[in-house]
Amino acid sequence: MSLYQLTSHALLDLIKSRQVGARDAYIAVQERIKAVDPKVKAYVRMATVQPDFTGALPVPIAIKDNLCTKQEEITCSSRILKGFRSPYDAGVIERVKQSGGTILGIVNMDEFAFGSSCETSCYGPTFNPWNLQCVPGGSSGGSAASVAADEAMWALGSDTGGSIRQPAAFCGIVGLKPTYGRVSRYGLIAFASSLDQIGPLTKDVHDCALLMNIISGYDERDSTSVNEPVPDYTKALVNDVKGLRIGIPKEAFVDGLDPEVRKSVEDALELYKKLGATIKEVSLPHTPYAVATYYIVATAEASSNLARFDGVRFGARKQPTQVRKNALVDMYEETRSQGFGDEAKRRIMLGTYALSSGYYDAYYLRGQKVRTLIKNDLDEVFKDCDCVLTPTSPTVAFKVGEKVSDPLSMYLSDIYTIPANLAGIPAISIPCGFSKSGLPIGMQLMGKAFDEEMLLRVSYTYEQNTEWHLKKPNL
Amino acid sequence: MSQFETVIGLEVHLQLSTKTKIFCSCANVFGCPPNTNVCPVCLGLPGTLPVLNHQALLSGIKVGLALNAQINEFIKFDRKNYYYPDLPKGYQISQFDFPVAKDGFLNIKTGNAEKRIGIKRAHLEEDAGKLVHDASGSCSLVDYNRTGTPLIEIVTEADMRSPQEAYDYLNTLKLTLQYLGVSDCDMEKGSLRCDANVSIRPIGQKELGTKTELKNINSFKAVKTALEYEVRRHEQVILAGGKVVQETLLWNDEKAITITMRSKEQAHDYRYFPDPDLVPFTIDYKVIDSVRAELPELPQAKFQRFLSQYGLSDYDANILVADAAMSHFFEEAAKEYPQAKKIANWMGGPVLMELNHRKLALNELKLTPKSLVALIAKVEEGVVSNLAGKEVLTMMLDEGKSAEQIIQEKGLAQVSDDSALIAIIDEVIAQNAAVVEQIKSGKPAAAGFLVGQAMKKSGGKANPKKLNELITRRISGA
Repeated sequence: MSLYQLTSHALLDLIKSRQVGARDAYIAVQERIKAVDPKVKAYVRMATVQPDFTGALPVPIAIKDNLCTKQEEITCSSRILKGFRSPYDAGVIERVKQSGGTILGIVNMDEFAFGSSCETSCYGPTFNPWNLQCVPGGSSGGSAASVAADEAMWALGSDTGGSIRQPAAFCGIVGLKPTYGRVSRYGLIAFASSLDQIGPLTKDVHDCALLMNIISGYDERDSTSVNEPVPDYTKALVNDVKGLRIGIPKEAFVDGLDPEVRKSVEDALELYKKLGATIKEVSLPHTPYAVATYYIVATAEASSNLARFDGVRFGARKQPTQVRKNALVDMYEETRSQGFGDEAKRRIMLGTYALSSGYYDAYYLRGQKVRTLIKNDLDEVFKDCDCVLTPTSPTVAFKVGEKVSDPLSMYLSDIYTIPANLAGIPAISIPCGFSKSGLPIGMQLMGKAFDEEMLLRVSYTYEQNTEWHLKKPNL
Repeated sequence: MSQFETVIGLEVHLQLSTKTKIFCSCANVFGCPPNTNVCPVCLGLPGTLPVLNHQALLSGIKVGLALNAQINEFIKFDRKNYYYPDLPKGYQISQFDFPVAKDGFLNIKTGNAEKRIGIKRAHLEEDAGKLVHDASGSCSLVDYNRTGTPLIEIVTEADMRSPQEAYDYLNTLKLTLQYLGVSDCDMEKGSLRCDANVSIRPIGQKELGTKTELKNINSFKAVKTALEYEVRRHEQVILAGGKVVQETLLWNDEKAITITMRSKEQAHDYRYFPDPDLVPFTIDYKVIDSVRAELPELPQAKFQRFLSQYGLSDYDANILVADAAMSHFFEEAAKEYPQAKKIANWMGGPVLMELNHRKLALNELKLTPKSLVALIAKVEEGVVSNLAGKEVLTMMLDEGKSAEQIIQEKGLAQVSDDSALIAIIDEVIAQNAAVVEQIKSGKPAAAGFLVGQAMKKSGGKANPKKLNELITRRISGA
């Protein structure tokens, strides 16, 4: 096995026993990037600041292009932010640096995290390491592809409606969206503030726990972060689900669910039964409204969050050659027309509409009410269940270009992941099989707020009894 | 007499003088070089988040309580979305449906009457930056130092019926806010700003007329002038058979006219929605109670107390209460000296004159309650005359010395020593035999002439009371 193929925990063991140097591991991954990234196109730029390899956990890490990293250009993969260098480190970047993490570079994403395929990036798409004709999922497509292709030991992504979990599933790796408030959002360029959460994309569940240890915790600079003690997540890595109750929402197994995905998830259920867990059918009656609710709440917040990209203080400013209205309005219009891609414009318009006077009650306010109903559904289920299992995505990775012109079918790819964001609860995606075409299949476990440990335990047990996570794409 | 009734409502924006800005840790100070008092948060850089400064919230509660308002225990912030270069995030964090305070009132004196002005709401928000337009007109510059300064916007009901009432309200409000110590209320520095809504209606009509909103008014006087102008304009429009257009107008102080800024159709849709970056929370009623307990005595209560406790006249009490520093100084002085009325006279008279003359604030004057009282005592003891006392005050302020030092150094003490005075009096009596005769024949008033003569001879230093006494005794006893 090559050095770059290691999991982070395996690498750390080797470093600890002085069999491998941190610098060697970093260089090995850099070489791997040089070798395969021309095909995968996960990275949008390599780090300009070289790490010093003196920290405790010198794991080579990839950073999503929406996490502010001091001195690096951070653009949300949008033309409008080209040239923006962050003068500060995001809370999670501080934590990664303090732990000794060695930043490799910045990875691709859907523009402003608007998308489920990594195709809306201004840099062009990233490709799925398992099949270069396919998308890696999104929006954290670069994060997932880099880890799956061994171009990073692990990566940070962000998840607003499934943006960590869906690409993790498409790329056959582990992705966790933590409880809202578990990880500081300070320095995450916001898409939808009430839904966004930063999380790990890793090669296995053990790594997921390790990276959670690094990034979790209260940050007084983020009023929505919660001052809740952080456990040692590696303590949750127990190969035992006996007596645990796993809920299966009957709404999850609906039309549109790929039979191969369905089969893999059902097999996983059987395995859990064998391992001593109780499977309970439950109902989440309001989840059919989750996607609609999400696209109101998320776009409304996004329309306001993206207002600061106006060409005045940073990013790419554009001025038309001829005066249309007045210099200021012309600058705003030209900057934003040229700076944002189609999907960003679509969502800004949707959100602006949802918040408009006369429509607010019918859309945004109603959306927030449905959101509460969805959360109540889940609260109810968690009275009798320790976690809830669903597919991560209704399909495996689709072809590049397949859904670009059909935003609605693209939006439906997040049907299983959105409820956890609306309810603020943690959810993890782990590999649970492959399609006949050789593409990874992922399943999702949702848990109670601040009970990431349960998700790690249940995922770890599955992982210890299967081998899906050990497979590597052939690049 | 006009056939119309004027209806006015006012919106006052007040900068709260907290240590730091409302959502970041930048200092809340005025006058730094452009764009030096900023950070990623108040610049609205990508990824940054606001964190509420609790001091600003407490100041807001304080203002609400002083305005007899109901405090919302549920604290929530909303985004007011609009584009302008001085607004870095493209939205202003403000309070929409849950203002920190609502349904209050302020009693004002207008003419000889008291009037209650309803306070509809007071809400917290962040200030924007400042645009500086290049003189050549070729570009505009933005200074973000002011961005994130805590503001409270105080909105009245449409309760004022004349520009004078609006003026009186503003003065009372400013005084109240100064007493609270939450702001320096300096209109020149922009820490207090005022917009006015005005309409007129035929006397007796219940329904309100169409209103216009006036902005860019830079002094209380200008508020009054602008409103008077606008009321006249409304009357002229209506009397000419026209209709007042609902619009926002800018007051041009130089030309003393209003100019259209935007019409109702051009009004923004601010798309208010709850700011997801700031989690709503409920404040403990104990916090509100403790703010209430710490409220200082407000001007109206102080005025009443000055009348009853010190026996001051309305006039004197008004002068003292009109300035928090004056009233505080007065009370400190009154602790040192029992004749409070005398102190009030001195403060409302010579001290106030010196302040106006020197264009200084009381705390900038080289005068303490103790040093003023020492001076008053010298005058009352007859060491110096009232007139000389005023000169002593001037010199005290010029030189920063005590009254006693000045009196000694300049030899200003009145001569009250009998033997010295008798020598002068004898001289005067000898030189004015005719007047002495008049007094003796029953015209005691003529003694005044002799006092004047003696005073002249003493070089103005003689104690006039003492002179009078000695002259009368000398003549009657002679």
